Formats: sequence, structure tokens, C-alpha cells
Amino acid sequence: MRPLKADSRAKPQVHLQQELRDKVIVAAHAVAAPVKHIGKPPPAWHAFAEASLRVVAMSAIAAVVLIFAFVAKEALPLLFSSSVHKEVTLRTMWTAQQWPGYDAADHIWQPVSEIPKYGIWPLIFGTFKVSIVAMLVAIPLGVGAAVYVSQYASGRAREIIKPTIELLAGVPSVVLGFFALMVMATWLQSWLGLESRLNALVAGFALSFAIIPLIFTISEEALGAVPRSYVEASTALGAARWQTIVRVLVPAASPGIAAAVALGLGRAVGETMIVLMASGNAAITSLSFVESVRTLSATIAAELAEVVFGGAHYTVLFFLGTVLFVTTFGINLLGDYAIVRMKKSLGVST
Amino acid sequence: MASRQWRGRVGDAALVISTGAATLLVLVILAILVIDVVRGGSARLSWGFLTKAPTEGMTAGGVFPAIFGTVAMVILMTIAVVPAGVATAIYLHEYADRQAPLTRIIRIAVNNLAGVPSIVFGLFGLGFFIQFLGGGIDKLFFGGNKVLGQPALIWASLTMAVLTLPVVIVATEESLRTVPRELREASLALGATKFQTVLNVVLPQATPGILTGTILAISRGAGEVAPILFTGAAYYLPHLPWHPNNQFMHLGYHVYVLATQSPDVDAAKPILYSTVLVLLAVTFVLNLSAFVVRSRMRHRFAGASA
Repeated sequence: MRPLKADSRAKPQVHLQQELRDKVIVAAHAVAAPVKHIGKPPPAWHAFAEASLRVVAMSAIAAVVLIFAFVAKEALPLLFSSSVHKEVTLRTMWTAQQWPGYDAADHIWQPVSEIPKYGIWPLIFGTFKVSIVAMLVAIPLGVGAAVYVSQYASGRAREIIKPTIELLAGVPSVVLGFFALMVMATWLQSWLGLESRLNALVAGFALSFAIIPLIFTISEEALGAVPRSYVEASTALGAARWQTIVRVLVPAASPGIAAAVALGLGRAVGETMIVLMASGNAAITSLSFVESVRTLSATIAAELAEVVFGGAHYTVLFFLGTVLFVTTFGINLLGDYAIVRMKKSLGVST
Repeated sequence: MASRQWRGRVGDAALVISTGAATLLVLVILAILVIDVVRGGSARLSWGFLTKAPTEGMTAGGVFPAIFGTVAMVILMTIAVVPAGVATAIYLHEYADRQAPLTRIIRIAVNNLAGVPSIVFGLFGLGFFIQFLGGGIDKLFFGGNKVLGQPALIWASLTMAVLTLPVVIVATEESLRTVPRELREASLALGATKFQTVLNVVLPQATPGILTGTILAISRGAGEVAPILFTGAAYYLPHLPWHPNNQFMHLGYHVYVLATQSPDVDAAKPILYSTVLVLLAVTFVLNLSAFVVRSRMRHRFAGASA
């Protein structure tokens, strides 16, 4: 008996199963008769391929470990090399330093100057500002759209809206950055009369376009996974539609929505091209959102091209990369944990 | 209870309007983006634009080298990522013990790989592929001459392969799930080994999902710029990247440089818009086909689980 080969021409699944049932019946009759062999033994390479499946599956783990190892490796001189320490140490990066020509000790990021300064806080602050703007826009829009699509939209409308929002997810971040730089920045500047054309607000808005589809997709799934019995019970108790949604459905889906927010935040913190093109790239620390900022990711992208390989600046940039990796790793770990817990509590297998 | 009814009606109306407005806003944003790019870019779009090289300091001509470089990189990336991703998904779904710690660690790794910032992938490409692997190969085989220890097509492709690995794994696993258990059981009952079942029965049925994953990976590959900034992309090259250790032009990278580093932004604007249009069109076509493949697969699942 030849091993079963699936018919690769597209056939409706039902007919395929019927054919299989017929074949099984035929095979059962054949097996019942005395036979010497069931079939040829499989070729030898199958065993090798099967064993290598497990090895290849570890490639994902290997990738994560290698990424951390090799990024952190280039950052190690910051901790241990004395020649790097002449220019910068971990302490001078994280604490305020008194630089000549300044009134008071301050955190300044200015690696390309006569006296290189590596204060990291302006960058962290910039990342924070842009991410806050992005989340403040993306969460209401993403969750709101998820509520509408899962609760109010008709089947037809859902079939059009969901793929369209997924299309937005597919827009490359460089295109979003381009749009922010060429169109949105000019708009906002004429609308609000701003001094800096490229600032945290513009970058944050553009960043939110990248995050909204993420938050939308996961929240919509979470809202859809809430058992119907919750909705029915609430309606039976006399709640209006909006009360059921706001007081029962959304809280029940909140682990999933929280996970969506966490993953969106992770994306916001790590996003590079949008902020590189739209944030103005000036490492200014100020409370205003309409001034240029510099984020961790944009700093790496902008400055790595011109560093001396192995020098202090090079090491510091890899250190920034390590900080980014650890931060997003932590945020994503939290988000994944929340999703696993949500699925468990709703009885879906992972 | 008129007041409660009234409160209910007002609340309902308010919620529908606000969430509907949110949805509309998201769709409008996408529409504005697309309309703006089409309006600005269709002027210069032509067959010549797609087949000629750039001229006159990037203010005229076409973007063919960028298209070629993008395609070359994507092909190498696909060759690397599809076998690894499909094998991992098969292992996770068909062979792995769900409760084993190793399985959980692999899943955590896949999820977190998806969340690593793209610039960190660029650093990884620089630190691991170029310095370590490329430099090592140079020392061993080329006596220290810089052949592979520099930004190159092969390293950028491998970096992008690592970046898109989770996409392929997740899409493949989704399709493996849609293959009915009875099919596997029937195959085993007929005397096939587990591996034969996977190879001859399950995989052909799972092809739509693998295709979806591949298409989505290609879409990311064409669009992501940060990982290739330092691993092989270049702005202007006199020749096409025929060797794996050549640098290459890339549609996304071209957009980035044209938008931020053109000496004359106004002159470069038409070319910039047209390049964005090409990139966006490619992305949309890829994502739409992935969506069609995926929804057809889901309909099949819905029918088969009866």
C-alpha cells in the first residue's frame, strides 16, 4: 500500500473526507486478509528530517539569545574598557554633569562635539513624550473602533472595515514617516502656528497610525471572545445596550485590551523610521510637546552611520540598543502573559 | 420609567456615535494617506519610471535599481525564512509536547522576536552577521581581506529573515490548525509514519497558510528600512547587486533618503512621491492577496469542522 498522498488539486473538504473514508474501508478489508508487508519502509532521510525539525525549531530561541548577546557584547566596553571610560561611563550617562560653559549641571546628549556629552535622559524623555502622544491617540481610536466593529457593525460592514484597518497595519513605517514629514507637519504648523515644524506631536500622531491597527485587532478579538452569556445576562437584567457594553463587555475583555495596549506601547517605544523622519531629531528636554525631540531608536539610526568602529560613541549606541531591547522585551512579556491569562480564563487553548 | 428609557437611548446613541466616529476617523486617515500619495505620485508614474535608473541627482529617471535590489533581497530572505519558519511551526504544532517547558520557551521566544525594535535588528545584523560571521569568514577564507565583513545583500537578507520569522511561524501554525484531525488519523491508520503524514497529507493542506505567511513576510521585507540601514542598503549604486556581497538599493531606503537628505527637496519631490506610490502599491497588493488567501482558508475550515 502506498502511503496516502493528499489530493493537491483544490477539492471541497467534505468530498475529500468521503474519499478518505472509502479508502479506509478498502484498506481495512485489505489488512484483514493475511499480508506480509503493510508497505515499504519510509526512506532514510525522513528520520534525519524529523530530528532536524526540533533543531530548527530552536532557531527562534537562538535568534532572541543571539540578538541580546551580540548587541550587549558591543556595549560591554562601556562597563569595562578604560579607554571608553575616559570619555563616558555609565554614571556620566545617567546623572547630571557639569559641562564647561553651562550654568548648572545638566543632562545633555551631544556626542558629536569637542567635548562629547552622553546624557541619556533627554533621549528617554523624548521616547516617552512621543509614545505618550501616540498612545493617547491610538487607545481611544483603536478600542473605540474595536467596540464598534464587534458590537455595532453589520456583517458586510465588518468584512470591509477589518481588512481596511489591516491594510493600515501593512503600511511601511517609512511611508508613515514620509506622510508625517511632508504633509502632517505642514498642516499642523499652519493650523496651530507652531515654531518647530517637526516635533513630538507630529511624530506621536504618525506613530499612532502604526499602533492603531495593532490595538484594534487584539481588542476586537478580546471583545469577541467574551462569552455570550455575559451579554445575555446583562440584557436580561434590564441594561441598555450601552450599559452592557461599557459595564460588562469591556471590563470582561479588559485583560485582552490591556495586552493590546502593552503590545502597542512596545511598538511605540521601539519604532524607528517614523520618529527619525518626523520628530526633528533635537535632543531637547522640555515639557512642551511642540518642540523637537530625539528618541532612543532614532538616535541609534541617525548616529551609527558616522561612528568610529569600536569607539566610545559606537559602544554607547549599542548600549542604547540593549536598553531598547530589554525594555520592549519586558513590555512584550507582560503583554503576552496577559493574553495567555485572558485565553485561559475564557477557556481557549493556546 | 421614562427617564431610564431616555437615559438608555441617549447612552446608546452616544456610544454608537463615538465608536462609529473612531472607526470612521481611522478609515479616513488611511484614505487621506492613499489619496495624497496617489495624487502626488501618479504624475511621474510610467513604465519608464519602473524600468529606468535614476538620473540627474535623483530628480529624474526611474527607480528600477531600487526595485531590483528590493526583489533580490526579498528572494534571499524568503529562501532563508520559509523553511525555518515552517519547520518551527510543524514542530510546535505536530511534535512538541504542549506542556513541556521547552515548548513554552520557544513560544515566548517567537512572541518576543516579533516585538524586538527594528533598529535593534539592524544592530544585530551589524554585530552578528557582519562583524562576527562576515569578519570570521574573511579571516578564515580570504586572509583578512574585506569580502563579507561589510554591509552586503546577503547579510541584509538574513537580518530581515530573522525579523520576519515570527510572521511565517504564526501564519503556518494557523493553517496547521485548520487541517482536520481526522485527516491525520486516516493517514496514520493507513500505515503512514508521522513524518509521512506531515509531509504528504498535512503540509499540502496547510499550503494556504504558508503562502499567507510568505506574502506577509515579503511585504515586511519590502517596507522595513531600519534593519537594512547599516547592513547593506545604499542610496546610489552604479551597478545592480548581482553578487551576495554587493550592496543594494531598496525602495523603502530610497524613500527615506529622498525625503530627509535630498539637497533639493522640491526637485526630488515628484520622484519621492512616485517611489512612495510604488512601495505602497506593492504593499497593498501583497497584503490584500494575503488576506484573500487567509479568508478562503478560514471558510474552508468553517465547512470542514462540521
